[in-house]
Amino acid sequence: MNKGRIRVLLAKPGLDGHDRGAKVVARALRDAGMEVIYTGIRQTPAMIVEAAIQEDVDVIGLSILSGAHLELFPSIIEGLRKKGREDALVIAGGIVPEDDIPALQQMGVKAIFGPGTSTEDIVRFIQKETGQHLAC
Amino acid sequence: MANRTKQEWRETILTPALKRAAERQEKFETSSGMEIDTAYTREDLPDFDYDRDLGYPGEYPFTRGVQPNMYRGRIWTIRQYSGFGTAEETNQRYRYLLEQGQTGLSVAFDLPTQIGYDSDHPLARGEVGKVGVAIDSLRDMEILFRDIPLDKVSTSMTINATAPILLAMYIALGKKQGVEPTELNGTTQNDILKEYIARGTHIFPPRPSMRLATDIFAYCARHVPRWNTISISGYHIREAGSTAGQEIGFTLANGISYVQAAIDAGLDVDAFAPRLSFFFNSHINFLEEIAKFRAARRLWAKIMRERFGAKDSRSWMLRFHTQTAGCSLTAQQPHNNIVRTALEALAATLGGTQSLHTNSFDEAYAPPSEEAVTIAVRTQQILGYESDVANVVDPLGGSYYIEHLTNSLEKEAREYIAKIDSLGGAVAAIEQGYQQREIQDSSYRYQKEIESGKRTVVGVNKFVSPYPKIAGLLRVKPEVEKRQKERTAQVRTDRDSSKVNQALGRLEDVARSKDNTMPACLECVEAYATLGEICDVLRKVFSTQKEFLVF
Repeated sequence: MNKGRIRVLLAKPGLDGHDRGAKVVARALRDAGMEVIYTGIRQTPAMIVEAAIQEDVDVIGLSILSGAHLELFPSIIEGLRKKGREDALVIAGGIVPEDDIPALQQMGVKAIFGPGTSTEDIVRFIQKETGQHLAC
Repeated sequence: MANRTKQEWRETILTPALKRAAERQEKFETSSGMEIDTAYTREDLPDFDYDRDLGYPGEYPFTRGVQPNMYRGRIWTIRQYSGFGTAEETNQRYRYLLEQGQTGLSVAFDLPTQIGYDSDHPLARGEVGKVGVAIDSLRDMEILFRDIPLDKVSTSMTINATAPILLAMYIALGKKQGVEPTELNGTTQNDILKEYIARGTHIFPPRPSMRLATDIFAYCARHVPRWNTISISGYHIREAGSTAGQEIGFTLANGISYVQAAIDAGLDVDAFAPRLSFFFNSHINFLEEIAKFRAARRLWAKIMRERFGAKDSRSWMLRFHTQTAGCSLTAQQPHNNIVRTALEALAATLGGTQSLHTNSFDEAYAPPSEEAVTIAVRTQQILGYESDVANVVDPLGGSYYIEHLTNSLEKEAREYIAKIDSLGGAVAAIEQGYQQREIQDSSYRYQKEIESGKRTVVGVNKFVSPYPKIAGLLRVKPEVEKRQKERTAQVRTDRDSSKVNQALGRLEDVARSKDNTMPACLECVEAYATLGEICDVLRKVFSTQKEFLVF
């Protein structure tokens, strides 16, 4: 992935309106030089996949605090696979019980950032995974 | 010695001391960036006038509290926001909480209920019963309040876009229990404006939403006189990242919009204003929060009297519920949350709250377990019955610092209100993204302060140590969704569908007219029309509103 700036889609699947975290992360990633598209709240899996394809992003960040992650994430991952975008880096944040993390990782979610995460850690993780930190 | 000025003290005593040993920080600030001086004296209250600025408790401008003796009569209402899974499970939790000495109920609804979808709607997938209880029809309400007589409890419902429907269900349930609407006590949050600003469970555009809100004001003024028709909420604005000054400024500006809308709809201000209530956050900045509650109370009294010409003293009173700050809880070393919550609860009581929710220590992970919520209730009982804080009214009134902070927060809130007025009022400002942008800026600054170490969060950026996993976290099982869908399907089979269609048709006609929507909502829920069906009618008439995204 060497096409300049890292492109990130930040999305809020499910019905919860807790967007403080997503907006803070969006701004921090922008400050770190990434291109960020934020979908807003109440996105269905199909809407998120569609946006990821259209925007041709390298990274998809899913923020959810409603507890519906186990029901909604598989459809997103599956949708990306169907569209041939299984290469996109999928990460998540919000309120995700520790016990659910292995299942999400198995599905293909590369990292889950819980409460108290520093945005610098998220930036570093994305840079490392997309191989873009070398350019800096 | 007492004749010396603060400046003289600063030069002769403070400065030499600071030369010997510097302070911990270069400067100290409140949440909105007001610099805090080393100490406060009467010089910091140059125009202080007791009668004008404070008054006695229970008297205009109510700075010291809305009742003359506050908690000496009875302590604040212990009201834990609670709900998960199906109506059966939540009913059990309510009965447990009442047995533990909780004095009021507070219903947490799941997201589909808040956004107007039945549990079998495709968008409800994975959300049923997760963050609150699933309510699709009157049948669910009957189960939710089984063995809880509605004339014996007061019930607060965190419901906004669908408030008319849930209130109608509560009234219908009361009738079934033999309780007259005039005997019902409780609150519907019914504050749609903060949904656009911070919480995100709106359905319709602002203007029809305001009409639904004021329909509740008008209906209750006539039929449910003890109902708190709205809980104008700063809580979620603060949780979204605002400062204390923004919290009260934006909240009271929303309050002004509701009052104006009701007056514009032809209501007399004193007919509905006594039933308005508020809801604030109690954050970790203990002293600032106490001042915030006092400032909000004083400012609202002035707004109601001066701006709206209200004559009934009850219209001037800002009565409020408080919840401790969910966003101050940490997932790290979670037991520390018990201490944070206790401190925040103490601030709320010193600030004169009418009711209080204390967060449970496990809430950075899940809805609270029974053990965790018991500690939260006990925290309030220790404050109210064991300590001495409930024995005297406004014990910090007259403190130089608290009074200075109260003045400064009132001034800040006034400035926000003036700004919002200049943008055309709260609705217009929301449409322009003003409040959203302000909150986003504050929340980003807050996060940066944590990351730079300027702001300490124990266990997160300082005093970090390993901590054990919490056992017994509450989990809502996937079977809940299945059982709930089955019940709603059964309700649809059992009811008289011609009655349902008739009621829904009538609602559509009323929604298109200027008439009050509440009677038609009541007819719908009594015919066991579902919440989703009722909202479909209203969506058809009013259309839907996407979020006012300013990113």
